[in-house]
Amino acid sequence: MAISVLVLSERIAGEHPEATFELLGKGSKLAKQLGGELAVAVAGTDYPVQELGGADVILELAGLEAGAYAAPIWEAGVAAAIAASSPRVVLMSTGTVGLDLGGSLATRFGGQLASYVIDLDVDGEEILATAQLYGGKMLAEVALDSFICFATVIPGSFPADDGRSTGSPRVERIEVGEKPKAVAMAIREPETGGVDITAAPMLVSVGRGIGSSDNLELVQELADALKVPLSASRPVIDSGWLPKPHQVGKSGKKVKPSIYLSFGISGAPEHLEGMRNAEMIIACNTDPGAPIFEVAHFGTTVDLFDLVPELTERFGG
Amino acid sequence: MKIVVAMRQLADLVEELEVNADGTDIDRDFVKFVSNEWDEAALEEALCHKDDGDAEITVVALDEPDVDQTLYTALAKGADRAVKLTGHDPEGWIRTGDRAAILASWLERDDFDLVLTGVQAADDLDGQLAGVLAERLGVRHAAVVVGFHDADSAVQVEQELGGGTVAVSSLELPAVLGIQAARQTPRYASITRIRQAQQTQTIQEVEISAGGSLGGTVRKISPPKKRGGAEMLEGSASEVAERIAELIRSKGLARS
Ligand SMILES: Cc1cc2nc3c(=O)[nH]c(=O)nc-3n(C[C@H](O)[C@H](O)[C@H](O)COP(=O)(O)OP(=O)(O)OC[C@H]3O[C@@H](n4cnc5c(N)ncnc54)[C@H](O)[C@@H]3O)c2cc1C
Repeated sequence: MAISVLVLSERIAGEHPEATFELLGKGSKLAKQLGGELAVAVAGTDYPVQELGGADVILELAGLEAGAYAAPIWEAGVAAAIAASSPRVVLMSTGTVGLDLGGSLATRFGGQLASYVIDLDVDGEEILATAQLYGGKMLAEVALDSFICFATVIPGSFPADDGRSTGSPRVERIEVGEKPKAVAMAIREPETGGVDITAAPMLVSVGRGIGSSDNLELVQELADALKVPLSASRPVIDSGWLPKPHQVGKSGKKVKPSIYLSFGISGAPEHLEGMRNAEMIIACNTDPGAPIFEVAHFGTTVDLFDLVPELTERFGG
Repeated sequence: MKIVVAMRQLADLVEELEVNADGTDIDRDFVKFVSNEWDEAALEEALCHKDDGDAEITVVALDEPDVDQTLYTALAKGADRAVKLTGHDPEGWIRTGDRAAILASWLERDDFDLVLTGVQAADDLDGQLAGVLAERLGVRHAAVVVGFHDADSAVQVEQELGGGTVAVSSLELPAVLGIQAARQTPRYASITRIRQAQQTQTIQEVEISAGGSLGGTVRKISPPKKRGGAEMLEGSASEVAERIAELIRSKGLARS
């Protein structure tokens, strides 16, 4: 049977990321619809193999040593896997590896690509993708009809459990002939220490809507009154208003508190990735169309500068 | 080092977006266009390298609504040269493949070591520019870049992998980098400086005819259907605060 779907495991070291299983789950359904097999490409030869039972075939990318990463080296490896397996659909995530390789591989193979995908289906000869645009404010339905199609999928779009099954996929080794002019040097782990926002039962979280670092005091007072830590979206961290350990999201921490209280956060997909599993999300945003209200349980469009002092007062601040 | 910063305009996300008449794009007639925030980070990082004494900066953008403002602002901030590429429909949705083809066609005639651009733009349906452009040019690339420095004929790049983990690699020049964040927040250019740039500097216009579709056919664009969504708390700030306080107490998380 021919391979019809190829999933890339974006594992650079350690475990396979959650996204790999999400893609394997969806990939196996697509492969059935397309009448072919599901393959997973993995870097190196030393990886947790038994976890990949959801796939029919494992394509080992020889020469991509785990523990370091360079985009051109991975590109050469995945290109070799694609050339060897000729899938109809290639699935990656919108993580760093997918952002690196989606566009370049689609260009290299002359295929069509859909990015920020949240759903996929087969419609006759076409692959239908639903994708988020404008930070989640719009959805696009796009039909891909090239002989090879690529999708970069937003993590959390498909259940990971569907991709976790015990099987015994056959293993094929892919030799990578191409020698890209790049060197994978090192992986640097973040410094530990500082606040641990993942352990808090409740978070007061603040976004760019706060306007300036001077205004941060306002939400800090609320957090203090509630005796919980302050967390934040990426722009607040990038502006240097709060240190990195406070960041929630794709490139920050994944949190799951009982209550996530957000002020002035729009709810971009990269932020939602870090907090959508909180038990109760309460969002304050003056824009009624803000995507955060899609995942929040309770919402208000009252101005945060009016709401926060009222709340602080109620908790003895 | 010769750095080209590829910048672009984008509908301002602060505004309400509506769908156009045939349902396949946003309605572009009434939205405000601003420069892509990640391109601003790319420009800032380039300017920081220039401040350190080793960069000559060209900003390049496709003709798009209010793009002159973005280019003059870049000049006011310290870019050395600004180029506007024409020859396409400036009012429509320029998809990633076409944008990359147009930029590649111009870059092939220009001399550069590094192209910097934003890691993403909010309408990147067909993939992010950096990788597509690099592939077209046949050079190295990296996305989600949070820092780089040049080392002879190579650039050492730091890419954020998630959760604060960073991958360090070395790419032989030339290369295209998708910038996630600069080392500092983008600098500010005063209105006076921007006016001065408008009076003393010019934007070079180059007509290009190139295209390279990469995306599929957009069947439909629509705002997301409310999948349940939030229960909206109505009332004054005080009333809403009371409801939220009750919710917090109901979870047993605060006493007072
Ligand atoms: C590879 C990658 C990784 C990323 N990782 C992360 C990540 O880990 N975490 C993260 O957060 N982002 C991440 N981002 C960035 C993400 O795409 C968004 O840019 C970011 O989440 C936006 O932050 P924000 O919601 O605070 O700002 P904005 O999107 O600017 O939203 C500000 C909101 O405040 C509201 N507002 C303004 N004034 C008020 C007021 N007075 N009262 C109430 N509301 C008000 C506005 O309506 C607006 O919705 C990443 C991006 C990329 C490309």
